[in-house]
Amino acid sequence: MATSVRATSDGSPPSSRPAQRPSTQDGSRPPGWRTRLYRFDTKASPYAYVAPFFIVFAAFGLFPLIYTGYLSLQQVELGAHGKWIGFDNYTALWNSPFFWKALRNTFTLGVISTVPQLMMALGIAHLLNYKMRGRSFFRVAILAPYATSVAAATLVFIQLFNPDYGMINQLLGHIGAGHIDWESSKWPAQIAISSIVTWRWTGYNALIYLAAMQAVPHDLYEAAALDGASRWRQFINVTIPSIRPTILFTIIVSTIGATQLFGEPLMYGGGVGITGGTDHQYQTLSLYMYDQGWNVGELGRASAVAWVMLLILLLIGAANLLVARANRRKLGG
Amino acid sequence: MRTSGRTRKAAVIAVAGLAACATLITGCSSDSKDDSKGSSDSSSSASSNEKITLHVGDFGSFGYDNEKGAALYAEYQKLHPNITIVEDNVSDGQQYWDKLKLHLTQNSGLDDIQAIEVGYIGLAIQPNLANKFVDFKTVQGFNADDWLPYKEKQATTGDGKIIGLGTDAGPTAICYNKDAFAKAGLPTDRDQLASQWNGDWQKFIDLGKQFQAKAPAGMKFSDSGSGLFNAILASQPTQYSDANGKLIYDTSQGVKTAWDLSTEAVEAGITAGYQQLDPQNAWTAAFKTNKFATVTCPSWMVGLVQSNSGPAGQGKWDIAAPPQVGNWGGSFLAVPKSGKHVKEATELAQWLTAPEQQIKVFQKFGNIPSTVKALDDPAVQNLTNPYFPGTPVGKLFASAAKNITPAPIGPWDGNVKDIITKNGIMDMEKRHTSKDKAWSNVTSQIKDKVVQ
Repeated sequence: MATSVRATSDGSPPSSRPAQRPSTQDGSRPPGWRTRLYRFDTKASPYAYVAPFFIVFAAFGLFPLIYTGYLSLQQVELGAHGKWIGFDNYTALWNSPFFWKALRNTFTLGVISTVPQLMMALGIAHLLNYKMRGRSFFRVAILAPYATSVAAATLVFIQLFNPDYGMINQLLGHIGAGHIDWESSKWPAQIAISSIVTWRWTGYNALIYLAAMQAVPHDLYEAAALDGASRWRQFINVTIPSIRPTILFTIIVSTIGATQLFGEPLMYGGGVGITGGTDHQYQTLSLYMYDQGWNVGELGRASAVAWVMLLILLLIGAANLLVARANRRKLGG
Repeated sequence: MRTSGRTRKAAVIAVAGLAACATLITGCSSDSKDDSKGSSDSSSSASSNEKITLHVGDFGSFGYDNEKGAALYAEYQKLHPNITIVEDNVSDGQQYWDKLKLHLTQNSGLDDIQAIEVGYIGLAIQPNLANKFVDFKTVQGFNADDWLPYKEKQATTGDGKIIGLGTDAGPTAICYNKDAFAKAGLPTDRDQLASQWNGDWQKFIDLGKQFQAKAPAGMKFSDSGSGLFNAILASQPTQYSDANGKLIYDTSQGVKTAWDLSTEAVEAGITAGYQQLDPQNAWTAAFKTNKFATVTCPSWMVGLVQSNSGPAGQGKWDIAAPPQVGNWGGSFLAVPKSGKHVKEATELAQWLTAPEQQIKVFQKFGNIPSTVKALDDPAVQNLTNPYFPGTPVGKLFASAAKNITPAPIGPWDGNVKDIITKNGIMDMEKRHTSKDKAWSNVTSQIKDKVVQ
């Protein structure tokens, strides 16, 4: 209908009763090219709207993804042409102890950085949800770490964790704990790195939780309070179930972030950052990929690592989806 | 009712945006750098008076620039009024090389002259990269014998082309803290020390053990096992690769000697376990806090000892001839064939690496020349440094440079060196891994990374 109005309003004032005009011309001539253009326009323009994103995505997302898959089946050095070797890169990864070590490190680093981080974020969000003085200040303040760059944060943490003159070992010395080698021992180093991640992302997740908590209807709490539920019970039985989808979302996002952990261990290791410490104590998959691709120059092997990482992420995503679906069924039933 | 009008306008905008995006994406493939670099006319066989700009790509400090260096560019521009020289400098050597490697593969974004560090020249002389550079053997006025015998050999490809002109050399010596030696009851005279350990690194390590027995509190004999390894290996006639560039690290006598001696030092506890030039500057700071008494000192390290120790260290450090001389560092200038002004760039590269210019850079900047004529020049021989009073710095390094025995190099040298020093020796120092375990870690890593 809209198109027909536009088609007939060639200079004349728009009709107040548009429905009448088409009926007078009914069947007199086929729809003109303008009509067809407009019809095409309404159908096609939504695609034009979304096109910029998808064109950029195709150029910088999809194409690299596919090309990386293609490269992963070749032996290709930086600066040379590739040679087709099928799945040799993948079998080489399977047989490489360093790949498995990197996978384990990625997993342990992911767990010790994500789990405490999300728990703390939940707690902080709960506290910030109370009415208190200077609430806005605290809400802005917890986001501040998120605004610092990885490099700056890591440099500060390197100083804090320095085994010889760092603040943390000094403080531990005061309470009588022994000297901890935060650089070269495996677990201390991993804990130090995960503390950087935790410090940077806790506030961000807390704000997301806070936003979700504010959407929880107040009468639920009032009802719970009438029933004599303590604050803790309210938190466990009202808040958590209500923001469950948000929690799931943050878990997915943090897991993706943890799988791609790169800058923190690289910078933390300094001169031995690429191999994640002298004994690969904290070499993550991303670092292993970088090591293979740019340090050694084996682009094919690095591409294979990239694809394995993608598969791992897809698996995690699928697991999350199943959990979410089970969750929904439980809530619905 | 008016939705369609809006849609149409938006569609026009969207299409325009789309087109802009498309040009943006395809824009990457057209090489803008080359266009801006060249002169107004594109013919390469233009007259010699045509105004042209030459780009020199290098890293770190070559000492050619007009501000801090020997102002060689300004001098050349005065000699050739039609030429303007622009230096594209990247401070980090590895970043520079990674970029250069990409540019070479794409044949775009290359400068008219590209510097190559000795650690990467083994890769650059492999056929896939070497063919992109001018072969200086075909260039008039080039004579490989002008350089130290080992220098141009390093830039020679398997089929005999020479792709780089040597800039500086990196003869090694030993920098030591005289005060610390005196406290430990050792001689402090550089000639006496040099004769004590002359010819054998084992004697140097033994002296280190002697030092450690009476060392000042908190002080180690050497800064790092990896520095020791590098210096010892630099003096060996066989290193990581054989004459064909094939990796032979596991059978190489040189690697075995350097590994055995440096791990002996690590196990004896006479190394402080630092990483030289680490990004966290722990090594740099340790000079001021007196954590070690010796540093294996290639010529370019002298300036670092001076700046890291600061004014308080003046007169405390001295330099002695090493047990065996080696070469550690040094660079080359290469001319990519794809440039627009290959002839002019070649002439400039030859001029920059000629003895006269190498002397100028040495006087201003301290880079040890790699040409025989420049090394014999009194200006080089007689150089002293007020930070090391009485030390004949110039004579020491110049004579060391002439005694260097060349060793074959290969494309994997840099990677293998990193694994042995960072994941082998440093792992022993930091995590007290046993020598055998460290070596098996090294071999399994090299197997994992090196695809021959």
